[in-house]
Amino acid sequence: MLWADKYRPKDLANLDYHKDQAVNLKNLVKDGDFPHLLVYGPLGAGKKTRIMCLLRELYGAGAERLKMEMMSFTTPSNKKLEIMTVSSNYHIEVNPSDVGIYDRVVVMDIIKNVAQSQQLNSNAQREFKVIVLTDVDDLTKDAQHALRRTMEKYIANCRIILCATSISRVIPAIRSRCLCIRVPAPSEETIINILHYTCEKESLKLPRGLAERIVQVSNRNLRRALLICEACKVEQYPFKEDQNVAEPDWQIFIKKTAARMLQNQNMDTLSKVRENLYELLTNGIPSDIIFKTLLEELLKNCDMGIKSKIVEEAAIHEHRMAQGNKSIFHLESFVAKFMYIYQEMMQEMLGDF
Amino acid sequence: MQAFLKSGKLGESSGKSSSSKPAKKPKSVPWVEKYRPKTVSDVVEQSEAVAVLEQCITGADLPNLLFYGPPGTGKTSTILAASRQLFGDIYKERILELNASDERGIQVVRDKVKTFAQLTASGTRPDGKPCPPFKIVILDEADSMTHAAQAALRRTMEKETKTTRFCLICNYVSRIIEPLTSRCTKFRFKPLNDSMILERLQYISKEENVECDETTLNALVETSGGDMRRAITCLQSCAKLTGPGKKMDINSVLEVTGVVPQHWLQDFLKICKGLVNYNNLETFIQNLILEAYAASQILEQLNDHLVNSEEFNNMQKALIGEKLGAVSYRLQDGGSEYIQLLDLGNTIIQAYALSA
Repeated sequence: MLWADKYRPKDLANLDYHKDQAVNLKNLVKDGDFPHLLVYGPLGAGKKTRIMCLLRELYGAGAERLKMEMMSFTTPSNKKLEIMTVSSNYHIEVNPSDVGIYDRVVVMDIIKNVAQSQQLNSNAQREFKVIVLTDVDDLTKDAQHALRRTMEKYIANCRIILCATSISRVIPAIRSRCLCIRVPAPSEETIINILHYTCEKESLKLPRGLAERIVQVSNRNLRRALLICEACKVEQYPFKEDQNVAEPDWQIFIKKTAARMLQNQNMDTLSKVRENLYELLTNGIPSDIIFKTLLEELLKNCDMGIKSKIVEEAAIHEHRMAQGNKSIFHLESFVAKFMYIYQEMMQEMLGDF
Repeated sequence: MQAFLKSGKLGESSGKSSSSKPAKKPKSVPWVEKYRPKTVSDVVEQSEAVAVLEQCITGADLPNLLFYGPPGTGKTSTILAASRQLFGDIYKERILELNASDERGIQVVRDKVKTFAQLTASGTRPDGKPCPPFKIVILDEADSMTHAAQAALRRTMEKETKTTRFCLICNYVSRIIEPLTSRCTKFRFKPLNDSMILERLQYISKEENVECDETTLNALVETSGGDMRRAITCLQSCAKLTGPGKKMDINSVLEVTGVVPQHWLQDFLKICKGLVNYNNLETFIQNLILEAYAASQILEQLNDHLVNSEEFNNMQKALIGEKLGAVSYRLQDGGSEYIQLLDLGNTIIQAYALSA
């Protein structure tokens, strides 16, 4: 079992950080009822952990007996869809964006299914079930609109917990129907403490310097920090202060790509870069992460003067990429645009002499 | 006979339930539902719509209606309250409520709406009281209907005027096709007045025994932006979070409403103003996102700040305002928060450069 799963807190009282919030959450479910929730925060901040703790607080240990199940749906156009759900007796967890543009059908059907089956004995159990929807920010607008009224209508029989990385993409109508819970990323100091604590449990010794470097690479993402720490252990134990902290190889790969773009701006580079991008995409790196990392790398190495221009172009291209569904076009077009701007600046500088 | 059987059965079952489960908890209803206006006259602000509906309740004819306005201004509440008053107990049979969560393509409009519209309605209730001889089709969130489905409604709406009235509800009237809007009486629902919301919140908090002072409530009202539902949901959430018997404080309100603390905004502007190192801006935005503050909220607050600020001249305001619009649109459309905010930061830097 990975450390990140093994040492995941199971109880609201055992959470390592945001303790005030934990107390609040406990208050929230104390009398056995709560409004719909929208939990949001960056990756690896502990959103899921908090949701599971909350469910446990509500239903007891039964909420942890999970089973996986394939559910199938039929769209109005008679297309069969299958989606993986994780459920216990008390809750069901789905990621509706798995089925792409058909997410609306899934959202509607699941809520209606769950909501229509009432609990027979409402004294022994809670009178509602919980539906956990993950990655709500990736839902289509259609599906989000479908959620609005359904949420209100079936509130007697089910509660919905939404989980999102950013709520900018969640329509205001849903936000106003939920209690929004912000889960900020843990501070660097907290992560260091958790790393030390985890290593102690595993009876390992973690030097402070190494922990600090791990945290820096992890970008305040606790899960990633734990994974890196585990990877370091596999690589070399006992730990050394100056041990190599493995950066993810795709990050290094993007760095190389960026360096190539800065070196030469011509057709040749463009086709080379395209190969690199394809390789990243085929390896399953999400295009928005490629874009962001690439931009960061490029910005590090260019003049103040053109930075604003590049960021402006990046914003436009990134938006288009989110709109369309062939990300390679937009990535490549941005690459070309960047090279153009960069070259123009270089020529201007040379012209001055 | 029927009544006797019914009552006998009811008595029995209720007796049983009271013996087997003596302490049945009262069902908890969200306050938004609990304090929905029961009658049309309870609806606050929206005087035109209320006036028309009240006349209709006293016997006048009801036109086809189109309600539009921002969320939480009482559109759905108004029509539900009105139909309850019009039809009394049988209102469930007389209205067909469809919203975006129901399948609402052209097929449904053709089948369900049409068949419902063709049913005749009598002018009396089962208990003999008079009631208006028509049914109401409520199409909630009509702006998310496809154009084809809207077009299919046109003729149905006219043909069945004898027996059916339509009530379309939407946020943006511009998304309803022209032929439909011209068939309806339009009512704009205004964002609610701050004092109205405050009054309502005070009433609810008294009813529910929530302890909170004027400033906390005022903060709630301010963040709600004229959206009654949001204000009430926030009030309930805050009350839940703090637990019964304790006093609500302003910090928990801010946390629940997701407002970004003012110092973050000031820091943002400060960093853009005296930009020494570009990395500062990048790290700042990175931190902002790691704190999980919503970029859309930041844009909204920045906009408020900008409009009233003395620091910028009109030219600068226009420049930043334009970018705010673009960035906000892209964010809603699925752009990445980091890159979009970076773009905004750049524009602010440029704006500062104008004055220098």
